[in-house]
Amino acid sequence: MNYNELTAHEILENIKAKKCSASDVYNATYEHIDKVEDKVNAYVRVAPKEDTTSSIDETASTPIPIAIKDNICIENKETTCSSQILKGFTAPYNATVIDKLKNTGAIFVGHANMDEFAFGSSTENSSCGVTHNPWNLNHVPGGSSGGSTAAVAANEAIWAIGSDTGGSIRQPASFCGVVGLKPTYGRVSRYGLLAFASSLDQIGPITKDMTDSALLLNILAGYDPMDSTSANIDVPDYTQSLVNDVKGLKIGIPKEFFIDGIDPEVKDGVNEAIELLKKQGASFQEVSLPHTEYAVATYYIVATAEASSNLARYDGVQYGQRKMASETRKTKLVDMYEETRAQGFGEETKRRVMLGTYCLSSGYYDDYYLKGLKVRTLIKNDLDKVFEECDAIITPTSPTTAFKIGEKAKDPLSMYLSDIFTISANLSGIPAVSLPCGFSKAGLPIGLQIMAKPFDEQMLFKIGYTYEQQTPWHKKRTQLT
Amino acid sequence: MFTEKDVKYIASLSRIHLNEEQTAQFSKDLEKILSYVKKLEQLDVSDVKPTSHVLPLKNVYRNDEIKPSLTQEQALKFSVEQHNGSFKVPKVIE
Repeated sequence: MNYNELTAHEILENIKAKKCSASDVYNATYEHIDKVEDKVNAYVRVAPKEDTTSSIDETASTPIPIAIKDNICIENKETTCSSQILKGFTAPYNATVIDKLKNTGAIFVGHANMDEFAFGSSTENSSCGVTHNPWNLNHVPGGSSGGSTAAVAANEAIWAIGSDTGGSIRQPASFCGVVGLKPTYGRVSRYGLLAFASSLDQIGPITKDMTDSALLLNILAGYDPMDSTSANIDVPDYTQSLVNDVKGLKIGIPKEFFIDGIDPEVKDGVNEAIELLKKQGASFQEVSLPHTEYAVATYYIVATAEASSNLARYDGVQYGQRKMASETRKTKLVDMYEETRAQGFGEETKRRVMLGTYCLSSGYYDDYYLKGLKVRTLIKNDLDKVFEECDAIITPTSPTTAFKIGEKAKDPLSMYLSDIFTISANLSGIPAVSLPCGFSKAGLPIGLQIMAKPFDEQMLFKIGYTYEQQTPWHKKRTQLT
Repeated sequence: MFTEKDVKYIASLSRIHLNEEQTAQFSKDLEKILSYVKKLEQLDVSDVKPTSHVLPLKNVYRNDEIKPSLTQEQALKFSVEQHNGSFKVPKVIE
């Protein structure tokens, strides 16, 4: 038995039965990283084994090896958003989720690769190299939390955490055949998460199955006075929702999500999942989310506008890299800003900061940013209306399986459109999960997305867990050597 | 049309120095993205209220109490240059 291929709930049972120790699991994970990391490049930094081993607490409640996305601060560890501009920056404090994980004994394996500042859907926009999909190394892992999902899929971590602004947990989870959950906006504290778009960002769990997702969300969720946008609402025990029962549930299928251009294998995979849940007693109805086709445009206004403001702090003054203009140019403060950001930011980051700046600039604010916020209301209203009749909504997570490395890198717009099904949940703040629902003929995973009402993550666990009881997909493991 | 002049203006607002090649490339990219975004013009939203945030939060206040936080030394530690307990930057005016 390879411990690193197990789920956390299996590991915890084994530890309880004294069949293995937390150190055994960490050692197996670390040895596997040594073997396969050169091929996958899931991590930007792996913590030294000696330091980590000495901090393992065998008596802790969940001493599970976990990968952390490189935009979540771990005290005294370099945390860079996979960007050159933050090279050398060591976090002065722990993110709240890191403190919570630490309290349960979680073992931090390393910081996982990501698209720079979470700007991307393939993890190709990282300044730390491309991450490869563990199911087929020529394909992308998705993004922006592609390092986190690849680490779990490659058995280089048992758990991971990512952040999701427009699908950055769910789309890579779909591409890598793992479970990725975006909680309701406000469910998990973002203190210590380097901000991308503050009205959309949410931290969430990446795991091998729904049971682990519930265990990990139990640790992450809850009000935090350090994050004024975290919700002061009681957190249920999510493991209580792991029940094999969907009888009487009403689930909506939005007709706008089964568009032309969707990969037929993805469509078939999702339709089979729907049939299976019907057999278990759920009832399905076609619903309409008429503003879906405007979601991507709305998102790229709102998200880039907020990002352009959030990224203003990377100016070479308080932290990160500073670059002076070359001798032929001036050497005043503003020249230093411009040169620092020219050298420190990657191409996609520059593109998004400029797009957002444009949408907020004088003369264009009403036509772009304000208009975007209004269409956001329409998208949210569509979902509110569907949830008056339905308990949940089921869709594909992404229109395709993982695309090839380089395939969309030169066409930003086609890359943006791979998020078309995940963006609405961020714009409206609702919880959503992606779980594996099959494989394409080429052997790439297909993702099923379930969305629910705000603060009803329990519904995601109920439906997802029931689905897993009837299917083998969550038990498949990659076999990299 | 999103011209190279527009890109130069936006780049200066964004405090990002671009060379000529980048200016040409970004002008193409942004033109393409903005013409896609223009599809929002199909919608009449004159009576719709904007949603800047999904939670019904107004101002969130905390009690005015001093709690442990970074010291001046710790806060300065990450900067490239410091002087007399402050961040040091290149000159602003001639």
